[in-house]
Amino acid sequence: MQAIEINALTKEYRVGFWKSRTKRALNSLTLQVEPGEVFGLLGPNGAGKTTTLKILFRLVFPTSGTARILGKELNDTSMHQRVGYLPEHPYFYDHLTPDELLNYTGRLFGMGGDALRRRVNQLLDQVGLTESRHVPLRRFSKGMVQRAGIAQALINDPDVVFLDEPMTGLDPIGRREVRDLVLRLRDAQKTVFFSTHILSDAETLCDRVAILNRGQLQGCGELRQILSLGASATEVILENPPDGVMEELRPLVFSMVRTGDRVRLEIREEANTDKVLTIALGGKVKVVSLNPVKMSLEDYFVAKVSAANLESAVPLGTYDG
Amino acid sequence: MGRIMTIAFGAFRESVRERVLYNLIVFAFLMIGAAILMGSISVGVEQFILVNLGLGAISVFGLLIAIFIGIGLVSKEIDRRTIYNILSKPVRRAEFILGKYAGLLLTLSVNTTIMTVGFYLALAFQKKGLGLEDFSLLIAIYFILLELAIVVGIAIFFSCISTSILSAVFTFCLFVIGNFSNDIRWFGQESGSPLLEKATAVLYYILPNFSDFNVIDQVAHGVRIPGVLITANTCYAMLYIAILLSGAVLIFEEREFR
Repeated sequence: MQAIEINALTKEYRVGFWKSRTKRALNSLTLQVEPGEVFGLLGPNGAGKTTTLKILFRLVFPTSGTARILGKELNDTSMHQRVGYLPEHPYFYDHLTPDELLNYTGRLFGMGGDALRRRVNQLLDQVGLTESRHVPLRRFSKGMVQRAGIAQALINDPDVVFLDEPMTGLDPIGRREVRDLVLRLRDAQKTVFFSTHILSDAETLCDRVAILNRGQLQGCGELRQILSLGASATEVILENPPDGVMEELRPLVFSMVRTGDRVRLEIREEANTDKVLTIALGGKVKVVSLNPVKMSLEDYFVAKVSAANLESAVPLGTYDG
Repeated sequence: MGRIMTIAFGAFRESVRERVLYNLIVFAFLMIGAAILMGSISVGVEQFILVNLGLGAISVFGLLIAIFIGIGLVSKEIDRRTIYNILSKPVRRAEFILGKYAGLLLTLSVNTTIMTVGFYLALAFQKKGLGLEDFSLLIAIYFILLELAIVVGIAIFFSCISTSILSAVFTFCLFVIGNFSNDIRWFGQESGSPLLEKATAVLYYILPNFSDFNVIDQVAHGVRIPGVLITANTCYAMLYIAILLSGAVLIFEEREFR
């Protein structure tokens, strides 16, 4: 059984004063998330990440398509008993203290007594809010509210945790703590599904990622595979190469950038690397470094999103408006 | 049931934290002032005035709370996005509506109970004691509570389909019209037009009928309230509230939170 199954999920919103036009926020999204996996849903703002999560929690309804969590239909609220959710920019009853918020949330899950008290203490300690447990949330900073939000998402010790932009508003220490928390959840065999546009977080945490842009899935796969796809270039840095050597090297390299005394060469064809080194060493040029260039998640993300934007753009010369 | 109670107590706690019960201070001053002053300026009718003033104040304060808190029960949750967090838990939308309704009803009951105690203290001070006949006034207070329970139902219904401001306007209009629903029907019957008679009859049955809930004048004059009216009003209120809450739940089930 998959932890999360999304099949051809599409969402169209009616927009405009008369609601006569439709805007497609999500276009036939299909995804599967395995149990125990940390899955990242990436995309720029407006890509459809939050819409996907809102559909999974039935805050909005899909125009077409289906989804299941832990093998259960979305309208089966008993499934929520095993699921945790941190909404984007979480808003809670700000008259409550973190202690009261967690107790309130716990009771919605049917918890109570000593078990709830212990769980509340444990979570407040985990998110670093023990000292502020009796301070109303309205006096909290954004980051502290986010911590309280993470704690309430975990109150029921869920099997699947959905985190919508969990790092938003957190300072570097808070972000590190959330990363550690996600890693602890992975160690505990929990499934974590989180959306983010902060790619370094996804690079650090995710087993697999999906990239969304304008509601369309641009790519999905294991992070290591995606990143190794781009390991096809080599970077060579030379110190003070004479102009003659530079001219000799030019046909062999993809790019050549001079910064002060140094020149950075990017070689896309592996066979050319030896030739470049032979020419440089033969010309008595100092080779400062030689490194394989791996595509970062950011490069992949930008490439995918740019390609999609290019496809949807009106080609030059065909615009007749 | 546990989740409904949790949401209800949450809503009650919010009302207390938002200082809704501060209206009791105003009520206390009103009762103390009335009990002391009325005795000296109105000979013979001071009890009648105090009963009218006390029960009228219980009704008006309750009505203000019912409308202004009731209209925000759902729409405020949507505006502030607190609803995302609640509905992502194992909470059915119907449980949310019923919990919110029960929470405000609890607030109104506590508020009315405290005001009733204050009212009886003022009455006892004025009469230098209380007789058994004074407890018939509780029937009028019970009717006020039933009326408030319907108003909260109306407010929560509109809160599910509209903004806070429009909900307040609609609820207040329905409350005012509901106090004249007997007159609307009478107007249709007297008009001589069969069409108008039918139209006003339909309105009479659709709109809430609050005219039978106001027995303040009768109890102030010591008129006995028949048991059949108590039963009829109770059944009517329960039926009307059930219809309103069912409508609210049906609408809320289909609502999207973008």
